[in-house]
Amino acid sequence: MKTGLDPIYKAIASVRLPGAKRWLLVGIALALVASYFSGQFNRYYLGVWMDCGINIILAVSLNLINGHTGQFSLGHAGFMSVGGYTAAKLSLVYSPSVPPEWHPVLLCAGLLLGGLASAVAGFLVGVPSLRLRGDYLAIVTLGFGEIIRVIFQNTEAVGAASGLSGIPKYTTLGWTFGVAAITIYVVAALVNSTYGRGFLAVSDDEVAASSMGINPTRYKVTAFVLGAFFAGIAGALYAHHKQTLTPTQFDFMKSIDIVVMVILGGMGRTGGVILAAIILTWMPEMLRGFADYRMIMYALLIIALMMLRPQGLFALNFKRKGGGAA
Amino acid sequence: MDSFFQQLINGLALGSIYGLIALGYTMVYGVLRFINFAHSDVLMLGAYAAFFLAPKVQQIVPLPGLAGALIVMLLAALICAAAGMLIEFLAYRPLRSRPKLTVLITAIGVSLFIEFTCQHKAVFGAANRAFPKLIDFPNFTFLGLTFTSLNVIIVLVTAALLAGMWFIVQRTRTGAAMRAVSFNQQAAALMGINISRIITFTFGLGSALAAVAGVLYALGAPAIEPLMGTQPGLRAFIAAVVGGIGNLPGAVLGGILLGLLETFAGGIPGLSTYRDAIAFAILILILLFKPAGLLGKATVEKV
Repeated sequence: MKTGLDPIYKAIASVRLPGAKRWLLVGIALALVASYFSGQFNRYYLGVWMDCGINIILAVSLNLINGHTGQFSLGHAGFMSVGGYTAAKLSLVYSPSVPPEWHPVLLCAGLLLGGLASAVAGFLVGVPSLRLRGDYLAIVTLGFGEIIRVIFQNTEAVGAASGLSGIPKYTTLGWTFGVAAITIYVVAALVNSTYGRGFLAVSDDEVAASSMGINPTRYKVTAFVLGAFFAGIAGALYAHHKQTLTPTQFDFMKSIDIVVMVILGGMGRTGGVILAAIILTWMPEMLRGFADYRMIMYALLIIALMMLRPQGLFALNFKRKGGGAA
Repeated sequence: MDSFFQQLINGLALGSIYGLIALGYTMVYGVLRFINFAHSDVLMLGAYAAFFLAPKVQQIVPLPGLAGALIVMLLAALICAAAGMLIEFLAYRPLRSRPKLTVLITAIGVSLFIEFTCQHKAVFGAANRAFPKLIDFPNFTFLGLTFTSLNVIIVLVTAALLAGMWFIVQRTRTGAAMRAVSFNQQAAALMGINISRIITFTFGLGSALAAVAGVLYALGAPAIEPLMGTQPGLRAFIAAVVGGIGNLPGAVLGGILLGLLETFAGGIPGLSTYRDAIAFAILILILLFKPAGLLGKATVEKV
């Protein structure tokens, strides 16, 4: 069967990076160990670290769209909300009738279903938006994000404006960082594969890429679908972490936050983006004392970054040595 | 039928405001090819400028009154023109040769900076403030229909400003220079046009229009607050794209179209809660079928 996602499976199967696989295992193992001891952590720090894990997933998945493929999406929060609402609704409906030992399975189903629902949304957004570039694409993805939010705001089944509450707390440190490790692995392995070089080619020069026999449309849709899939999973984890969902949590500001993580880390630089996600999650917590000035500083940070170091603060990268820096 | 015409004039007035804001977006896009996200905040600054100026002006010219209202509006427009030029000088000029995405993100940063600074309690504060009554706008009856005079004023002001813009762009030397810069910046520079001066002038003009739109919007709104520009700004941007960005009549046409659709859709019971999404849905539809907008010219990419 030939589907649009076929090359992805091939690419994942043909990855020649044993190092990356090892790192994936190490990442998941660390997440599980940390999760095992999480009972001894301060609850506040634990919560912020779980936010970090979720933000890493969001930033790395947006990096596939905005960084590696060179598109500009401002609607990542919209995809996140699709996954979050789907998984939350599933848990709210089935958790009373499922025995407790099956709850991780329920979460797993929620993650997958949320991711898939979001991937469908990503496909629906990606296909029409492909004809647009740069700021047009930005404004259309922003528009899609707003439309998704307004739809949730008006749907009684998901609580309309008051949202969903009482979502069971299934998300643990192990889940967030385990999924984060998988996300990093999939994105890094995909971009470093032979097939994945196409993303970078589309980002560098679309016309040149298509004259080399690369189909830019297909790469863009793939990036959108995969990015949305992981954003949906992040949303599902977020729902089972915060335990309440309201449409306003997923507004334009949330999308901007994720975009800033990507640009701070450096577009297309996975290592930097992970670091930026962690720093930007902790920064507001550290700056609680300056609550009045926090957001002003945040805005100034964006402007200063664009003026002084538009390539991002951290020029770190995974396996992209020699000539390949985007 | 009576309510149909009232909705029509309401929609026209709302659309005119969107159109005025859209003119600023479209002119800046024409010369610099990027979305000035901070434009909607200049609109808010215009409303606040009028808010603080009104008591001062009242000591000289009686308010509410037409002369006083015009003076307040003019002063607000001047202040915002200066603010717009300042934003361009500080934030956008250093980035002129950088990739468009860098400038776009900077614009988002500038917008957030203005919004959060104004929300700070030492500046304007986040609370709503009642906007002063600059002018009496009684209802009047014409041909058996009742109109709010504010709506009529808004439509007339927009029409006058659009004519003024058309005159500046098409009939003056500066306008010709603006068109040249928009057509080809390098060639314009070779012809001896001072690009920076034209860009600054464009920002000033667009920001002055935003200020007028902000004052008109505030007159009809219950109160003003630092985030008041966001929603009309977003709609106006969409209007500019729908009309064909870079095209002045297109911006006003797009604005009026959006205003009318929003007003009429708001009157349909099931649709009213989706008001915020309607503008975006229209945008997406237009871009799918006519990517250059209603009046825009399609460009062919050359390799």
